[in-house]
Amino acid sequence: MRNADLNSGGSKQRRKERIDRGIKARSSDVFALSSWREMLYLAAPRFIPIVGCLMLPLVLGIYWQKVLLSVAVFALLAISWDILEQSGMISLGQALFFGMGAYAAGVFNHYFGWSPLLTIPFASLLGGMICTVILLPVLRLRGIYFSMVTLIIPLMLVRIVEATKIFGGTEGLSGITPLPSKWLELYLIVGALLGALFGFRRMMGSDYGLVLKGINDNDRSVMNAGINIYWFKAQALFVASSIGAFTGAFMTHVYMFVGMPVFALDYSILPIAAAVVGGPGTMAGATLGAFILVPLSEILRGIGGLRIVIYGLFLVVFIVALPEGIFHYIQRKYHQFERWVEV
Amino acid sequence: MFVGTVVYAVINSVILALLAIGFNLTFGISGVANFAYGALYIFSAYLSWMLLNLIGLPFFLSAIISILITTLLGAMMYRFVLQRVRGQALSEVIATFGIGLAILELFQYLGFVGFEYTLPVFIDNSFMIFGAYVDMQRILIVIVGAALIIFLWFFTHHTSLGLAFRGIAQDERTALSLGINSDRIATLSVSFGAGLAAIAATIIIPLGSISPSEGYDVLIKALAVCIIGGLGSTGGVIVASFVIGFAERFTDSYISSHWTMIVSLAAILIVLSVKPSGLFGKQKELEERI
Repeated sequence: MRNADLNSGGSKQRRKERIDRGIKARSSDVFALSSWREMLYLAAPRFIPIVGCLMLPLVLGIYWQKVLLSVAVFALLAISWDILEQSGMISLGQALFFGMGAYAAGVFNHYFGWSPLLTIPFASLLGGMICTVILLPVLRLRGIYFSMVTLIIPLMLVRIVEATKIFGGTEGLSGITPLPSKWLELYLIVGALLGALFGFRRMMGSDYGLVLKGINDNDRSVMNAGINIYWFKAQALFVASSIGAFTGAFMTHVYMFVGMPVFALDYSILPIAAAVVGGPGTMAGATLGAFILVPLSEILRGIGGLRIVIYGLFLVVFIVALPEGIFHYIQRKYHQFERWVEV
Repeated sequence: MFVGTVVYAVINSVILALLAIGFNLTFGISGVANFAYGALYIFSAYLSWMLLNLIGLPFFLSAIISILITTLLGAMMYRFVLQRVRGQALSEVIATFGIGLAILELFQYLGFVGFEYTLPVFIDNSFMIFGAYVDMQRILIVIVGAALIIFLWFFTHHTSLGLAFRGIAQDERTALSLGINSDRIATLSVSFGAGLAAIAATIIIPLGSISPSEGYDVLIKALAVCIIGGLGSTGGVIVASFVIGFAERFTDSYISSHWTMIVSLAAILIVLSVKPSGLFGKQKELEERI
């Protein structure tokens, strides 16, 4: 290799040069493809996850199918976190969205006997709406207020459910109708994950997403452009909390139970950890993070509570040492080649 | 009944103020929201428990050592982690949250839960105040709380270090041009915040027992008080802790102890919707960097 020669040269100054691959340089906005190879270059990163997700339920055993289920749930929660993060809202309480959806689905199924196919979409919208209304006052403030309020509300709601004994109190509501079949369960959540991943990536790339990202970068210039930022923030919050509520409603029907654990800290921490490890700012990073962390935590099941310690340390290490996350790193390696050049 | 409730409400308010003041100090000066606050509180309590019971030091010595070590831990947290991500709200929040989580869950994992994990009271005695029995520890809490607040006020208004603290809080760039090292002050502010958490733990823990879930509780209480009072405003914190402290104690006595958490939550939501920056939040809505 040339590198080795240069190393032996000793005193020569070198620097690393990063160059976009030709296809990337030509096709980053206009697609002018000239060969199968180039088409594959662009299509493979999209097709591999799609085909992978659709095939996985068929090849996995029953235990790992359950793991795939929770991977998809946490990936969706991480995507929801990522949407908020890109719009300038740092949530520390995805459990709020998850729990609202879970309780909404549980209540409508338990007390009114609605079928799961009805409660899941309904609970997604209702849960999203309740969370948006609760958090609406906080949208008027910037920065960490949103984090503080989202962190404490789920923790307080647990106490309230415990104290007032509403919706089954500490016992929770059991005997919730399950979904009709195991395959429907798996493909519903995997389909939702793929739909959310590609759909919301597209949304963030559109003009609408640009406004949301603009609010994160500089809210005052967005206001100067005559755009009502509170209205856009509320919309982003509604979208994100509906995704969270959907996962909650879904898991209620999978577990056939809803109770206080739905507000547990796990549902807040793991999605953030997944998004941070995978790389915030692209939904794909959040999904990748969930695909790494959730199976990892299944393998590490033996060490019990130490898992959360490890997540906590993961968060710190990644934020300090690799803030871009794994996905951005892979993306760069895929689109660019690097070489050492003499200065 | 009424007088007793008032006495206990005052004590409860002082406890809340003690819990919140460290978080508020750190945030008010350096703009770092220390989500590891509850964990530092629990860390110092366990540390003095270990020094007391495993090594056998006298209580006062172990309390002082644990306060000093916690203060040092706060400083190290800033130096090695927060300084690298300074000014990025997202990274600061996640990093402090991650540290706090790791500390609390480590204690949970190690199994430090139970009634034997508690610190001794300073003086075992009780008094009759206006017809209500109050033990010496609670009176000490009120005295220490009041003394700390007066000390902090004096410190930030009449010492050069305290004035530097306020300078950084008001305008970092101007303070820099006057030769105040912003990183040094921010390190001190995080470590002082941690130290205040440790002092609060030393004096409040004897009323109950140490457990990791207490760490989350402390964080919730500190955040609730700061949200209602307006972040970064010491007067706001004191008023807010009295509002919540009285509201909690009175619902406890006259309605039911289950409803105390609902009262705090309702207070937060009402204050946020009426005056989003808190009762005494100084900045205008969009000016706010919080």
